Formats: sequence, C-alpha cells, structure tokens
Amino acid sequence: MRVALMVTCINDALYPGTGQAVVTLLRRLGVDVEFPESQTCCAQPMVNTGYLDEAVPVVRNFVDTFAGYDAVVTPSGSCAGCARHQHSIVARRSGDTGLQAAVAETSPRVHELSEFLVDVLGVTDVGAYYPHTVTYHPTCHSLRMLGVGDRPLQLLEKVRGLTLLELPAADQCCGFGGTFALKNADTSVAMGVDKARHVTDTGAEVLTAGDNSCLTHIGGLLTRDRSGVRSVHLAEILAATA
Amino acid sequence: MSGATFVGMPAFPVAAHEALGNAQLRHNLAHATGTIRAKRQRLVDEVNANSDWEELRLAGAGVKESALRDLGNQLELLEQTLTANGATVHWANDAAEANAIVAAITKAHGVDEVVKVKSMVTQEIGLNEALEAEGIAAWETDLAELIVQLGDDLPSHILVPAIHRNRSEIREIFRARMGAVGLAAPADLTDEPAVLAAAARSHLREKFLRAKVGVSGANFAVADTGTLVVVESEGNGRMCLTLPEVLISVVGIEKVVPTWDGLDPLLRLLPRSSTGERMNPYTSTWSGVTPGDGPQEVHVVLLDNGRTNALADEVGRQALRCIRCSACLNVCPVYERTGGHAYGSVYPGPIGAILNPLLRGPGADEQVDSLPYASSLCGACFEVCPVLIDIPSVLVDLRAQVVDAHRGGVPKAEALAFKGAAVALSDSRKLAFGERFTRIGLRVARRFGASKWTDARDLPPAPPESFRTWWKRTDGGRS
Repeated sequence: MRVALMVTCINDALYPGTGQAVVTLLRRLGVDVEFPESQTCCAQPMVNTGYLDEAVPVVRNFVDTFAGYDAVVTPSGSCAGCARHQHSIVARRSGDTGLQAAVAETSPRVHELSEFLVDVLGVTDVGAYYPHTVTYHPTCHSLRMLGVGDRPLQLLEKVRGLTLLELPAADQCCGFGGTFALKNADTSVAMGVDKARHVTDTGAEVLTAGDNSCLTHIGGLLTRDRSGVRSVHLAEILAATA
Repeated sequence: MSGATFVGMPAFPVAAHEALGNAQLRHNLAHATGTIRAKRQRLVDEVNANSDWEELRLAGAGVKESALRDLGNQLELLEQTLTANGATVHWANDAAEANAIVAAITKAHGVDEVVKVKSMVTQEIGLNEALEAEGIAAWETDLAELIVQLGDDLPSHILVPAIHRNRSEIREIFRARMGAVGLAAPADLTDEPAVLAAAARSHLREKFLRAKVGVSGANFAVADTGTLVVVESEGNGRMCLTLPEVLISVVGIEKVVPTWDGLDPLLRLLPRSSTGERMNPYTSTWSGVTPGDGPQEVHVVLLDNGRTNALADEVGRQALRCIRCSACLNVCPVYERTGGHAYGSVYPGPIGAILNPLLRGPGADEQVDSLPYASSLCGACFEVCPVLIDIPSVLVDLRAQVVDAHRGGVPKAEALAFKGAAVALSDSRKLAFGERFTRIGLRVARRFGASKWTDARDLPPAPPESFRTWWKRTDGGRS
C-alpha cells in the first residue's frame, strides 16, 4: 500500500511537529509514509469563502500530487472534509471533465488520521505513552462532515498513562470557522471563550483535537487568559512513547 | 405603534457586535435555546427507541420535495380545490401586491382593524405596516407576538419571537403599553407567567370578540383537498380562524403539499423539532367555507415574493422545504450568541442566512450578502433539520454567488488576497518560498495588528523550520 501524508498548509508552516508525529506514528505501525513535495493546500479557505475559480488550480495541484497513492492521510478533519466533499464542487465549476474524473478518483482515498488508524489499519492501541490529563474537543468537520464518531476517543483511551477528562458541551463549535474567525471576529471569540471555559473547567493539563486550526483559535484564547492549558494535536499524543 | 423595522439594518458583523455586548440578551438566549434543545433531543431519542427519526426526516423531506418538483401543477390543483370549496384565490407576485389585496378586502367590509394569527409570511411582507398606512390596525394575538408588538420591538426568533425578553421585561411592557391599545393590564400585575398570561388573555379576548376580519398564514396547504392548516400552541389562532366573518390567509407558494396523507410525517416532525412536544396543542384545518360554521368569506392569497427565484437555484432550492420549525436556530452557536435581530430579517438564524439571499438575490445588498458568512459552517443545523436541508452546503454555494456577483469591478483587498493565494498554493515551490517568511510574518502580525485575530487571541510561536524544509533536510527524519 502506497500511503501519502497530506500534511496541510497550516501544519507545514506553523506546526511541523504534528506532521513529524504522523510520520513517527505511522512508521511505528509499519507504514512507510511518503511526503509528495509538490503538495500545497486542500483549497478549503477559498471554497468556504466563495472563491471557487481561485480554488480550481489548487485542487488541480492536489489531484496531480496525490494521484497513484492508495491512501492519503491527513492530520486534519477539516482538510479531509474539503477533499472528500468539496473538491467535486470545485471540479464541476472548472468545467474540466478530466479534473472531475481525477477528483472522483482521489477524494475517496483521503482519510483523516483517526479514520486511517481505526478503519484502514484496524488499530486502536498504537503503543503510545502520555502521562497527562487530557480533554478532547471533537472538531465540527471531523464530527459532522466526516462522521469520525468516537474513533479519536477509542485511540486516546488506549494511550498508557493518559487520563481522559470529558469536555462539557463538547459538540459545540469552538467558533474558528476559517475566515469566519476574521470576518465575524466578535462572534468567533464569543464562541471560543465559552469553549475555553469548558476546557479549563475540566481541569485537564492538555486540550487535544484532530485539527490544529481549531486548536490555534482555542489555544490562542487559553494562552491569552494564562490558563496554563496546553493545546496538543491528537497525532502528537499518539506518537509519544515512554 | 410599528416604528421598529429591519429596513436599513447594518451588515451582520456590525449588528452582531452590538448584540454580543448585551449580557441580558446572551443570558436569556443561552437559557431558552438550551432548554428547547434538550426537550427536542429527548423526543428524538424517544422516536428512535420505537422507530427511526431518520426515516421520518426522509419522509418529510420527500413530501415537500414532491410538491416543489411539480409546483406549477400542484398550485393549479390547489386553486381548483380551494375554489370548489368556496374560497376565493388571489395570486400575488410580491409583498406590495399581497398587502394591497388584504387591505382592499378589509376596506370592502368597512372595518379598521383585523386580528392576526402568528404568521411569518405576513411579517416577511410587512403587512401590519402596510395596513397601518391604510388606516387599518392589525392586532397580533399570539402571546409572544403581542409582547413584540406592544414593546414596539422586532421578532428575534421564528417560533419564539420574544425569546430575547425575560418575564420582568414582559411585565414592564404590559403595564406600560396595554392600556393605550385596549384593555389595560391589572394594577397588581406580577411577573408570574400565569399572571402575565391571564392579563394577555383578557386583553386579547376583547379583540377576538369584536373583530370582523381575521388574517392568518398557513403551515401547510393541501392541494388535493383544498385545505389550509395552522399549527399553534395557545388557541389564539383557533379564535382568529373561527370567530371573524371574513378570513384572509396569506400563503407562500412553497407551503403546498400534494395530499392529505403527506401531512402525516410533517405533523410529527414539526412539533418535535420546534417546541419539543409530541404534538402541538392546536392543529386547525379548514377547507374553504362551511355554511353556518366559521368565517363565511374565505380568501387565500398565494404569494411568490422571490420564491420562484429560490426554486431556480439548483443548490438553494432545498431551502423551500423549510417548515419553519426553528430547530436550526436553537442549535446554532452563532444564533445563541447574537440573537435574531443581528440577521436583520424576520427569518434569522441558519435558515435566515440562506433564505434571505435566496429570496432577495445575492449581490444586491450588503446586509443580505453578509448573511451567508454569518456561520462557522459547523453543521449543527443540518444535523437537526427535520426536512434535511443541507444548510452548510447552501451557505458555501451562496458565498460563491456573492463573490461572483462582485467579480469584474474593482477587486476588494480580500479578492486580491485570494487571487494571490491561488497562485502561491498551486505551486509548492512558490509556497516553500513564502514559508521562509512565516517567522517574520507572525512577528509583524503580533506587532502591527492583524488585530481581528490578536485583539482576543494569541498567535502561535513560529517554528524553526517548515515541515517541508525538515523533510528535505533530514530525508523524512531518516538522517
């Protein structure tokens, strides 16, 4: 099985540690993951802001990059959601039947990390050790667009040393929402403040999620508030060992 | 008494900023939406224990979809059956036509007032204001609509229009305003819900018994039997539908359902999704005129007002399935924080964010164009919608329509930024070049603003190198 890592643009630029954690984790599980260097972005920022024409070359680059792989793994529910559910919209807009066919080929092979581990590799115990109290925020696109369900929790429950604390109102959006965080900054922050309060209420040392974009938003509020709670991507917890 | 208006409301981010500063509003909304959400969820779980909520949603969506796909024929059939039942059918292209029809019928009977059943469509067309301009008073008789009307206020929720008011505010409104337009509130009025309801009951009863003309909307219009249906909780609707001599119902053309049987899933979905009840207390149905019983002159105004435009929208047309339950409002994290007024329309919340642009057309009005962006696209609305309207997908499609409507002119800074991003993100070499400036970019943002982010949130620290640089330098961590 040829497996590609789609690291995502935000992880590439701001959170290389998350990409490195996916590489460490997958190698430990016997997957020789490749990083096709021509990759850039899933095009979600353009699609969700309404710039479909601008998304076309980005989606074209995506399918060119990942053609020929059996599976594309990404540490982001949001980017996986865009590839699986929105690339077809962009391809239709382009009017290019070749691109539509390429998208139909690539989209179903894109997996969010927890889906790939549980569904494709069939593992929930990834041999991790992480001696901390952790609370998990299910990001909206992983929860509702992809339907990852409790897969991330199944993985976290098997991590040795980890104490999982339930997040109240977990399924409420944190308020990030891509360009929503800037276009409607006041509402975004009001939502985020409530989320951050629920996180600190758990007393956990660490907040985790499957999307660094949402963690940047919640984490930015938590550090501004000097809460002492760290935000750590799910991949980094699953990669950790004693 | 109708000075309040949505006309001229600012775009969503500006209106939301103001609403977010109102702590009482935030408290009222969080409490009210939280309560309704929990009630609804209990009933969905109950249905799932015996049968399947998803099947019920599919059935409900199917009924509405079958009517919309055959709308022309269904409406002609409805006109025939209504007429055969003794009703007079009128067609209105827009708000002005509908308002003129209602005013003309009322004037023909020489009266200067009407009693009203709670109705979204008459608010959409501004009927009360139009009638007032003609010297006709329109009395709202739904308790919450009465609170809004007496308070010279605007509705902020589809089902619970005074959701932004608490009981002490309602007491003040009743004490200050009831006497000017009818029976005054008793001197010993308290803020006990039963006492407030009793005051409203006495105030309204006087109006019910006097009124010669009643005005309603309809939740459903059954084509094969020529029947209109109104679903309500308080019984005021039943009063308005049965006591006056003349009844005028304004009905959006999307309200048609093909057959009586089609009501079955819809009447099960609606109360569970809206008030969180198995069944609503009052369901009134009437098929034209029944001699010697109820109104002897029945008018039905079938209204377009943008619905044909919405039907022509390939992605957005599913919004016409909406049965106005407001489950999407109650579950929406944006609505819960801003309330309904920020949406600048009688249709607030997620459904309003798609319905208003669909009815009025994107690209024409800055306020309307801001609505598809008033969402974090979290998808909670789609999850609860009883007729399976994929609101997030419609929002994204409408955003593209807003952007497309402004292509060709002088591009905004945002459009230029996305054009630049499209170039950088279609070639990894260009992206890698840009990433060399991540550290300095973050430093600049911290120092000089990007204030929309940094006013409340810290930016993350810059990493020493990008992932792709690390991969290249270490051969994917192998060296």
